[in-house]
Amino acid sequence: MTSFLSYLINGISLGSVYAIIALGYTMVYGIAKMLNFAHGDVIMVGAYITFLAMTAAGMPPVLAVILSMILCTVLGITIERIAYKPLRNSASNLAVLITAIGVSYFLQNVALLIFGANTKSFSSVVVYEGFQLADGEINVSGVTLVTILACIIIMSVLTWFVNKTKAGQAMRAVSEDKGAAQLMGINVNGTIALTFAIGSGLAAVAGVLLCSAYPSLNPYTGSMPGIKAFVAAVFGGIGSIPGAMIGGILLGVIEILSKAYISSQLSDAIVFAVLIIVLLVKPTGILGKKIQEKV
Amino acid sequence: MKFKKALSLVLVCTMAVATLTACGSKEEGGNTFKIGGIGPVTGGAAVYGIAVQRGAELAVEEINAAGGVNGVQIEFQFEDDEHDAEKAVNAYNTLKDWNMQMLMGTVTSTPCQAVAEKTKEDNMYMLTPSGSAVPCIQYDNAFRVCFSDPNQGIASAQYIGGNGLAKKVAVIYNSSDVYSQGIYEKFAGEAANQSFEIVAAEQFTADSATDFSVQLKKAQDAGADLVFLPIYYQEASLILQQADAMGFAPKFFGCDGLDGLLGVENFDTSLAEGVMLLTPFVAGDDDFSKDFKAKFGEDPIQFAADAYDAIYIMKAAMEKAGVKPDMSISDMCEAMKKAMTEITVDGTTGTGMTWSADGEPSKEPKAMVIENGQYVAM
Repeated sequence: MTSFLSYLINGISLGSVYAIIALGYTMVYGIAKMLNFAHGDVIMVGAYITFLAMTAAGMPPVLAVILSMILCTVLGITIERIAYKPLRNSASNLAVLITAIGVSYFLQNVALLIFGANTKSFSSVVVYEGFQLADGEINVSGVTLVTILACIIIMSVLTWFVNKTKAGQAMRAVSEDKGAAQLMGINVNGTIALTFAIGSGLAAVAGVLLCSAYPSLNPYTGSMPGIKAFVAAVFGGIGSIPGAMIGGILLGVIEILSKAYISSQLSDAIVFAVLIIVLLVKPTGILGKKIQEKV
Repeated sequence: MKFKKALSLVLVCTMAVATLTACGSKEEGGNTFKIGGIGPVTGGAAVYGIAVQRGAELAVEEINAAGGVNGVQIEFQFEDDEHDAEKAVNAYNTLKDWNMQMLMGTVTSTPCQAVAEKTKEDNMYMLTPSGSAVPCIQYDNAFRVCFSDPNQGIASAQYIGGNGLAKKVAVIYNSSDVYSQGIYEKFAGEAANQSFEIVAAEQFTADSATDFSVQLKKAQDAGADLVFLPIYYQEASLILQQADAMGFAPKFFGCDGLDGLLGVENFDTSLAEGVMLLTPFVAGDDDFSKDFKAKFGEDPIQFAADAYDAIYIMKAAMEKAGVKPDMSISDMCEAMKKAMTEITVDGTTGTGMTWSADGEPSKEPKAMVIENGQYVAM
């Protein structure tokens, strides 16, 4: 029983990292209707900025995270302006998708050039050590608590922001129908840029938490968790903010439990088999809304 | 529009010039030995490719400064393969266009197997510094400097058993990697003859190489007193951190892939205290380590030493075989094949290294242990 609980907590810990990355994915997809495959690499950039701010500049963790969020926001807006915006109206969705993959490789290779291929060990920004249950059998780390907490806060704030504020209303309008939103006087480009800004700021937070939980940083750090988080977002219903969180945590728990009780080699196969089954039963994901496409 | 036209004109001119220069270089040669190198200089395995390139360049510089091989200078060119088999074959073709006569490469096992097929076709002599998988040198034209995976697995099992390091051993290995899988299989086979038992064999793959809590928990529950890690140091650094966080403190034992662990920037090396590894080389007070550090500003890893040795081994074999720059690739290969079995080389990764006709080196593995943030011979 204690080992099951301990596995469960490990699963939630891994899942909360997926969830926080998935929030950024789903946010951008929900509003801009594009899969930003570079999201995982913005995470990596965010982690590098925090790493450098803390080790080279000796900043306190909180300041380093804020600096990283600001720089990632700027990076996100720049990427959107240079790589995605020119393609938005003229080209097919496929062109934007391929560009996103291009941006992803671009960021990886620039990071490789600047920081080198050597893995760096990230020191956790979370000072709190966590606590132990059942005579030290079960270990809940501080990073896990902070990640889950951050996930819930970000999810709530985003839900509130999208549903209650004027900018959020504009986002929903753009998401539903870009043309009509423009006719209603909404600044579509500005709204999408804002979406990217928020998404990239979240990526910085996700990067810091990812590397605090799994402290190994290299130019490819973001790519695999990024893809898993994308799966989590689809799992939970892409475009749905609470869905991303549920999808992420479920994915982490399934991954860890299948490693523990079935086979550590088959865990990925099982995770993706579950994804296929969920999508067969509910094609929009767990919390995804069914939208009638108008012809 | 004007700008675009001008731009395309410039591009066309550059391309034309590039093709011309490529042709031009083909005409030259004949009075130098052209040795090619292939390895990942970018991508996830870039650490190894860069190390090999630097180690080889250092050796080539030294040899040329000392008068070359048989009085002939060496030219060395290194191409990137991004640790990808297809790109490695492309790199091989690029080097052949440059009139490469011998290959020092490739660095990583999977691309090495692909390139070995090509060198076999061309009957070109190749010496891989670090391609440790068995098929890398399955043909008679290919040799290697490092130990093969099976040798490392067997040697590790014998070392652990022979020195009574543990009774119950857990293994965590990367089932998506030929290196890791290869070592594990031989290790498990040899373990049957040894005084310890394998109580847990847990896998991970390249796609799930962040969370090792489950594998460690299973090892802990199985009562392992030693965890064998036939993996690379990036994952190992995470495993050490996660084991520490869950209060699991067995002995850790690894192979040459763990070399580099202490070089992980910002890594808390106290976690690596007591980690043991079988590796033929560690940076120390030798001339090679000093020269390398002076030139590149960092300590060489084992891959750099392998490459440095590789060039000197080639030199020894070339002198023994008396090859000349105007020989055909195939004749050169035949002469080198014979010479390789006759030479004995003292290098940075072993003394008295000799080769059998199947391409395997014969040298003693050395066990190291990490003490006070340094590698110490056991």
